[in-house]
Amino acid sequence: MFVELNNLLNTTPDRAEQGKLTLLCDAKTDGSFLVHHFLSFYLKANCKVCFVALIQSFSHYSIVGQKLGVSLTMARERGQLVFLEGLKSAVDVVFQAQKEPHPLQFLREANAGNLKPLFEFVREALKPVDSGEARWTYPVLLVDDLSVLLSLGMGAVAVLDFIHYCRATVCWELKASILYLMQGNMVVLVHDSGDAEDEENDILLNGLSHQSHLILRAEGLATGFCRDVHGQLRILWRRPSQPAVHRDQSFTYQYKIQDKSVSFFAKGMSPAVL
Amino acid sequence: MAAVATCGSVAASTGSAVATASKSNVTSFQRRGPRASVTNDSGPRLVSIAGTRPSVRNGQLLVSTGLPALDQLLGGGLAVGTVLLIEEDKYNIYSPLLFKYFLAEGIVNGHTLLVASAKEDPANILQELPAPLLDDKCKKEFDEDVYNHKTPESNIKMKIAWRYQLLPKMEIGPVSSSRFGHYYDASKRMPQELIEASNWHGFFLPEKISSTLKVEPCSLTPGYTKLLQFIQNIIYEEGFDGSNPQRNILRIGIQNLGSPLWGDDICCAENGGNSHSLTKFLYVLRGLLRTSLSACIITMPTHLIQNKAIIARVTTLSDVVVGLESFIGSERETNPLYKDYHGLIHIRQIPRLNNLICDESDVKDLAFKLKRKLFTIERLHLPPDLSDTVSRSSKMDLAESAKRLGPGCGMMAGGKKHLDF
Repeated sequence: MFVELNNLLNTTPDRAEQGKLTLLCDAKTDGSFLVHHFLSFYLKANCKVCFVALIQSFSHYSIVGQKLGVSLTMARERGQLVFLEGLKSAVDVVFQAQKEPHPLQFLREANAGNLKPLFEFVREALKPVDSGEARWTYPVLLVDDLSVLLSLGMGAVAVLDFIHYCRATVCWELKASILYLMQGNMVVLVHDSGDAEDEENDILLNGLSHQSHLILRAEGLATGFCRDVHGQLRILWRRPSQPAVHRDQSFTYQYKIQDKSVSFFAKGMSPAVL
Repeated sequence: MAAVATCGSVAASTGSAVATASKSNVTSFQRRGPRASVTNDSGPRLVSIAGTRPSVRNGQLLVSTGLPALDQLLGGGLAVGTVLLIEEDKYNIYSPLLFKYFLAEGIVNGHTLLVASAKEDPANILQELPAPLLDDKCKKEFDEDVYNHKTPESNIKMKIAWRYQLLPKMEIGPVSSSRFGHYYDASKRMPQELIEASNWHGFFLPEKISSTLKVEPCSLTPGYTKLLQFIQNIIYEEGFDGSNPQRNILRIGIQNLGSPLWGDDICCAENGGNSHSLTKFLYVLRGLLRTSLSACIITMPTHLIQNKAIIARVTTLSDVVVGLESFIGSERETNPLYKDYHGLIHIRQIPRLNNLICDESDVKDLAFKLKRKLFTIERLHLPPDLSDTVSRSSKMDLAESAKRLGPGCGMMAGGKKHLDF
């Protein structure tokens, strides 16, 4: 986890808020560093984590996790981490007929209606084990890249339903936090024609923005590529229960990603410029 | 040999890095089971595969794309287990070249090839591969070998370093396969012996679609399903998933993916029935690649895809995306800014594998030109404006074209005015 980001979000692994939905989205840049941050954050906070990783392999997260100070292999062995590796499972599902329903069953069907098997998998993974002693503080669901589900043939409504069911189970039944990563497809400038709009993705992004408590948006700089400033992070808190003044607070910072950490600074205050 | 010496020094400097990294990074794209059997062998863990080298940044195993200039822009090469997507230029003139360079590099390094196409027979594609450019030194050795002039040299007695006389002479073939990245002569064909000596598999869609292989029910178009099964069979049978102790790389080349010849209609209709076929195919393909020692090049006519959202999704699902834009037929052909070049090359995406950052090149304005022998990629820059009687309109033209340069993160600065200092 990045200590500077913890300071900006005003949290530490010991006293993180529970029952919150955090939306990560990135536009024109790669926001995967936020996923690595939250993964290591919750593993250090001693939570039971279910990670649905659809876009990269286990070893990728494991190697970056080692740089950030957590060992995913050990967490998986002692049962703290339940990891669904999308890429590997997809190969199993597509090439061999499965006997019991597989979380990625929708890959085999032409018009899969819903993500029920995936939800069952999540619920099974985060079910509290009646072993008497409470080993983990609270369950966490992390989904890396919901937009991939749209690419694999699910409709935006099906994905929203899946998130709704997960939220009902994980946030309220089990009193936990739920996190996932979303890729915001904004205007992609193509040579001849006009703007490219992914309507399904917009529906998904808008629907989730209204439901979440914290939105972290990683954007590329409007002026283009810069070696010292990799992008801009917008943090938006949505607290409907607070009075209007504190309701929707928004901060913007620019960041530079280094080998093992990310440094944040106010806009225009990059150390390279000063 | 200069080439071998440089290779040796690179190996020495990264030796320690490779030693520690090989446990996790070299085998990071392999299944866990076979890896256990490798560790039980008494053989060395660092069995290096010909034509690969570990990345300087994170020890990732890299293969060459066939173009050393492109390797440099991608941070050293193409990582094993990843997909290189080439967005074809408008008339499909230069993208087949990149495709052939990739395959030719595979033959020179002794990798296994898998060529899939719906348009051309893979055997014909292999006949048209460019010939590798031999080093002057090894060419001389090759000639000497032919005329048997090597024997007089071996009789020269060494006076000072006489101990070295006892060491065996090194035998190096005419094409030094220990080098990473070769140059190719586009005007000559690859010698027939090299092609026949290589191990390759072809997938020609019109032949395969008529055969009645047992097809698992899947929601992809039949062409894609058959191709996926073919690839998976080859990986499984020849042990690229780690089960073969003699490790080699499988180079997969898929031509014109997404075109109507593959049975896909994304280039014909905006919201066709098969709009998810291509993205599903890419996802499962990437899953196959991640669990085997293979690298894949795909050329795709993205300029024909009607629904722009699909292009964005395809970009996300690929690892490296390179776009080619040739000047033929566009108004840029006569633009004085571009008169030395044949087209622009855009590196749209580089993956961040096992790392938070990637080796992005600072130079975003790149142009390519195809000389008689070499395909070069150079930085594009505005020439100095030296003429006295430069007209206002030509300056605006240059500025207009300059505005299109360097999209950077992918977005252009808004506004039409160019900054006039």
